Amino acid sequence: MQILRSVFFFYYNGLRNMTIFGRNLWKLVIFKVIFLVIIANFLFPNLLKENFNNDTDRANHVAENLLNPGK
Amino acid sequence: MFEFLSLIDWSRAQFALTAGFHWIFVPFTLGITYIIATMETVYFFTGSEFWKKLTQFWTKIFAVNFAVGVATGIILEFEFGTNWSNYSWFVGDIFGAPLVIEWLAAFFLETTFLAVMLLGWDKVSKRFHLASAWIVAFGGSFSAVWILIANGWMQHPTGMVFNPDTLRNEMISIWGVVSNPVALTKLFHAISSAITLASVVVIGISSWYLLKGREKEFAYKTIGLVAIFGIIGSIMNIIAGDLAGKDMAKYQPMKVAAVEGLYDGGEYASFAPFAFFGAQKADGTRDVLWSIEMPGVLSWLLFGDTSAYVPGIRDLLQWDPARGIVSAPERIRNGKIAIESLRQYKEFMKNGNVKDAQNALNNYKKYAADFGYGYFDENNLGELVPNVPFLFWAFRYMVGLGFFIALFFPLMWWLARKRTLEKCRPVLLFGLILIPFVYISSELGWAVAEMGRQPWIVYEVLPTKAAISATNATTVALIFFGFFIIFTLLFIAAFRIALNQIKVGPQIAEKETPENEDDENDTPAEVPAAKKVIARKTPVRKQAAKKEETVTEKPAPRKRTPKKQAE
Repeated sequence: MQILRSVFFFYYNGLRNMTIFGRNLWKLVIFKVIFLVIIANFLFPNLLKENFNNDTDRANHVAENLLNPGK
Repeated sequence: MFEFLSLIDWSRAQFALTAGFHWIFVPFTLGITYIIATMETVYFFTGSEFWKKLTQFWTKIFAVNFAVGVATGIILEFEFGTNWSNYSWFVGDIFGAPLVIEWLAAFFLETTFLAVMLLGWDKVSKRFHLASAWIVAFGGSFSAVWILIANGWMQHPTGMVFNPDTLRNEMISIWGVVSNPVALTKLFHAISSAITLASVVVIGISSWYLLKGREKEFAYKTIGLVAIFGIIGSIMNIIAGDLAGKDMAKYQPMKVAAVEGLYDGGEYASFAPFAFFGAQKADGTRDVLWSIEMPGVLSWLLFGDTSAYVPGIRDLLQWDPARGIVSAPERIRNGKIAIESLRQYKEFMKNGNVKDAQNALNNYKKYAADFGYGYFDENNLGELVPNVPFLFWAFRYMVGLGFFIALFFPLMWWLARKRTLEKCRPVLLFGLILIPFVYISSELGWAVAEMGRQPWIVYEVLPTKAAISATNATTVALIFFGFFIIFTLLFIAAFRIALNQIKVGPQIAEKETPENEDDENDTPAEVPAAKKVIARKTPVRKQAAKKEETVTEKPAPRKRTPKKQAE
């Protein structure tokens, strides 16, 4: 418990006493996290996971694409 | 609106943009962490505050780089799922595991201990802090191991077997994947070039201080140490580059032929330092308009024998039974049989016709080695040849600069040792100017590896054009431009934060330099009377340092000046 407490206060105090430099870095990191969450959810769907329920259907879909190259 | 490029071109452009942006930050992170850990090791053993400040300063520059670079690689994984779904499925078992390990290593190992490096001064023991610095250094390389294993597999697939029922490659030997010779060479090359790049950047910034007449002791000590890193990195680079060339000759002969602009191979193959090419013709070749050639040198570089045979592009496309090379048109025909046989197998299995399915499967296995060639047209062999002029010049830029900076590091080390760098302003200026050039070289090195593999996404197994998803080219193009804007903004923000930090400088007072620290320990009376904090010499630093202090940090307790001590 003491270790957990130490770890918590290590980060808590460290983040509270951040310099301008540290704050700017965190702004960048937060911007990036928001950016990643947006693109992951809205711009980049995992097509095979979203459009098919099981691996058999996914395999059949890929087979349709790969084994009919002239189509 | 975006029809001037096809879906595959936009998908590749988007991937290249993301990977290229990610790659700006990766090598510096990989390289500088070893430099920082070494600086902290000096601090640990000497107890010198000077080396502590050095470590703290470069840790901040590293932190900026890390904050912008980390996680941009994840976008590549999103792109796999959306734009490259056939590829994701086809290689999933091989590619997925190393990427997950890489992701976990990068996030949990590096970020945890980077926090200790940044926040843990005087809060954790010196020993633990030092251990954290080394863990971050090795953690970075550890995560690179996995991404390069995945990439090495794309260059030279090993340790896998293709399952015709699921259409997936399945790992049969983790050791086969991990011990892939191409992956190991790539890892060695990536780390050596990262150390070289980081050394150039650190020396460039230190040169700027000397040009400005600031932080002299800091700059001299940094250059003295980091030039040694640069020398080691450059030597490793030359060895790794040589090994990579030999790997290419063995596993990717078309890439070697393209990089060397070698259309007609043979024994005593020539190395051409300079060459200019005409437009590509229907058969996939180009005219070499002008070149300087050194006979036998390429054979020697690749096989250690000036008389060794090196196949050219024409040899690889056409029949050469004496060398065991099957013509590209024949492989294309074989590939088409393999694809058709596999299609029939799936069809027969679906209908429960096991006997015919088995025959179709046997037929597929007979031609399976040429499966990927079945996606090409034997009347358009140019598709099988990568972009020769780009690869030729990109490779020469990278290697030329690599050799050049291998000479630059000993010069910087020598001048730093003699403490005459300030008198050599052109050398300092050159050290500063070198920074963007080394980044271009790093990007081109990556481009040579990836564009040289084209038209394959998995070398001679799956072509890039078969790997894409049936998405909308306009959507992919719009996301490309969106990413371009956001990446540019992120880069500018990171550049400005780093630049501000560089302007503030390491804030090392003259009395904290190693020489003066020793004096202080010996006899206080010998301390020079005119001790001034260098940090307050220039207006820019004064403003920036003041700003930092007022908002965040408590000012350090003011020590009595020597003058007062004398009084």
